[in-house]
Amino acid sequence: MNRHLRAIAVPLIAVAVFLAFWEWLVWVNGWPKFKMAAPSDLPPAYQRHWHLFLSMGWQTLWRTVVGLLLAVLFGTLLGMIMGFSRTMRDALYPLLVGFNAIPKATVVPIVALMFVGQHDFNTVLLAFMISFFPIAVSVSIGLSTLEPEYRDILRALGASQATIFWKIALPKTLPEFFGALKVAVTLAFIGTNLMEIVSPHGRGLGALFDSGRTNSDFPLMFAVLIALAFLGIVLYYVVVALEKIFAGWAERSPG
Amino acid sequence: MQNLIEIKGVRHAYQTDSGPLPVLDGLELAVPEGGFVAVVGPSGCGKSTLTRLIAGLMKPDSGEVWLHGERVKGPRATVGMAFQNPVLLEWRSILKNILLPLEIVPTKLSKKQAEERARFLLSLVGLEGFEDKRPSELSGGMRQRASLCRALIHQPEVLILDEPFGALDAFTREDLWQTMHRVKEREPFTGVLITHDLRESIFLADQVVVLSGRPARTQYVLDIPSRGPRTLDDLYTPEAADQLNILRHQIQIAQGRAPAEEARA
Repeated sequence: MNRHLRAIAVPLIAVAVFLAFWEWLVWVNGWPKFKMAAPSDLPPAYQRHWHLFLSMGWQTLWRTVVGLLLAVLFGTLLGMIMGFSRTMRDALYPLLVGFNAIPKATVVPIVALMFVGQHDFNTVLLAFMISFFPIAVSVSIGLSTLEPEYRDILRALGASQATIFWKIALPKTLPEFFGALKVAVTLAFIGTNLMEIVSPHGRGLGALFDSGRTNSDFPLMFAVLIALAFLGIVLYYVVVALEKIFAGWAERSPG
Repeated sequence: MQNLIEIKGVRHAYQTDSGPLPVLDGLELAVPEGGFVAVVGPSGCGKSTLTRLIAGLMKPDSGEVWLHGERVKGPRATVGMAFQNPVLLEWRSILKNILLPLEIVPTKLSKKQAEERARFLLSLVGLEGFEDKRPSELSGGMRQRASLCRALIHQPEVLILDEPFGALDAFTREDLWQTMHRVKEREPFTGVLITHDLRESIFLADQVVVLSGRPARTQYVLDIPSRGPRTLDDLYTPEAADQLNILRHQIQIAQGRAPAEEARA
């Protein structure tokens, strides 16, 4: 009981301390609102635009999640191909690394031109493009480093490759997969917002941020940042919860 | 008596970047039904290749592997394997780990009967009460016991043990040797044990085969006369000392550290 209380109280206190420090920093420096908003400026911003935060937050959220789901599907498939075939790994790795090295901000105008007007599609595509890499890499590493004995105990009984994959290779890769998913979840958010901010089309929290910028509404810009952080935390802990369910066995009790 | 396992003139080479690397060269091995043969030899002489051949996990370049009067062409459900690495699946309970082979091999056992059999095997190796534990909660010796149960659950004709006790401390190892005798009494099997430990070989097997250095061929065969159930004390008799001396000498020949006078096969 005490442990549960601690698990909730400690992060909450940490957030409170952080907010207090931020407030103090703005107050002690006497920064005006157009330089740096203080936490106390945020509630009015939320109050004024709460319906926008809800609808645009939802737009950002669903497009991020769809992009992430596509990244999971594609990344897992790619990881499987590279994990099982040495040749495919050698062939695809340089391409993949090269693709990942391209700053995605430069891709935004290209994508926006290619699929002009299809804002939902564009945004989902960017969230997907930025987040499938860690998933593909981790799945391929998980599969290619499977000890041969694991394969052999089933193969010696005449099990098919598919059986070995479902019963051993896939579950054994889950911890690596979820590790990558935690990285991918934040990356997908970056992808969505990159599209919403760099190529504004009036949808999503990125667009709200942009409108804050054009109106010099600094508290609104900060409020968007905090809302994004909040969504990021929520999605992250959804992944953590899924990890507990599907790969909880990999967790060792400390000590 | 018909031999359950028969290996005749097996040759095999691995393809490496610097050309073929012969590992087996004229290997002969015969294990009668119910027999337990230990295979010893210098490191890297192809002992593990031998287990993979018997299990049908690979084919030799030439020569024949027979199991129960049938030529081995691929994996078969009548083989049970245990390795130095117990390879338990961390996401399954011990009981579910042991039941794994029955998910692959066709079985007549109902789910309940299968579980009963798993519990029986667990009690045989001294793991009763650990059915619902995770592998990570078990010590190395206990994991190896569980791995042994998994190898036996589908009542294989042949049990292949590839240095199963190699990574355990000396006391745990001796414990497991005695467990092996208990298991063999209740769950008869024909066994091939790969080991580096000469004491282990004479304690467990009724025949010890010494392989030569790479490429391996059968260099020497030592019969261990049956003395009924063995105890650790049997390792400290003059007979045991003689057997160990012979084997040690043969290993030295295999390593090329002693002249091969009349190395009889």
